[in-house]
Amino acid sequence: MTGQETALDAPWVTLVWNDPVNLMTYVTYVFQKVFGYPKPKAEKLMLDVHHRGKAVVSAGTREAMERDAETLHGYGLWATVSHDS
Amino acid sequence: MTWDDRGPEDEGLRPEDLGPDDDDDGVAASFRPMPGGAVAYFESAQAGVIRSLVSQIAELVSADSTAAEAAEAGTESNALEAQLGLSSHVELPDDPVLARLLPDGYSEDPEASAEFRRYTEETLRSGKIASAQTVLASLPSSGGEVRLSEMECQQWLRALNDVRLALSVRLGITDDNEDFSQHLAADDPRSAYIWVYQWLAYLQDSLIEALT
Repeated sequence: MTGQETALDAPWVTLVWNDPVNLMTYVTYVFQKVFGYPKPKAEKLMLDVHHRGKAVVSAGTREAMERDAETLHGYGLWATVSHDS
Repeated sequence: MTWDDRGPEDEGLRPEDLGPDDDDDGVAASFRPMPGGAVAYFESAQAGVIRSLVSQIAELVSADSTAAEAAEAGTESNALEAQLGLSSHVELPDDPVLARLLPDGYSEDPEASAEFRRYTEETLRSGKIASAQTVLASLPSSGGEVRLSEMECQQWLRALNDVRLALSVRLGITDDNEDFSQHLAADDPRSAYIWVYQWLAYLQDSLIEALT
């Protein structure tokens, strides 16, 4: 497999980065609201962001990830799109 | 943005005006659930602080938006971009507050980030302005009871969050567990805004609690 194929096959992801401002309750609430995640999953993701500095919150096509990042920016979360590699 | 040099006296603001209200009337300056939304009671000093900060966000975000630039300068390219809802901006804003409110979409790919910004920044700006306008429209400057629909609650959450993000930049809050009151000298005019920042966190949290 060439490097290019690997890149094409790899899914895109949306990352959310930790910051000292967004409340833990708010981040959990936004994950539930934006992705429809049940509260336990949203809380786990929030804690991953908090403790590890960042977490993958969604995966899919590049276009879908850009929409997710845009939505999260609307809520004031610091989100970026990335290749899951 | 003017809150660097604005002291608490400008708004008649005292820390005790902002915290959980323990007055005899027992009405707290925080949100409670109500059918279809949430309700809160604000003193006029509290309403004034929120209105002032939210207005500043709206001004900051709209000032150099592509739509505003096109309207003022009338440069052809910006006019076209504004009409298409595109942004003429491709780089992270210089102002650290704006940079926090309008972050990059890619952390390691400047080209992709520029393209992302071109297609999303104007929408992001108008969303923030709309949230600010919802707050201003629903919160009388004299204060009083504020009853919000579910939709208005969403806008309030975003607007309060934007204000807290902006304040955090101005106050230099960079670490989760830091005691950030140590940052500022006692006579620093910004120190009053630590109270505001903390109160807004409390208020935002009460709104989330009311919605869930």
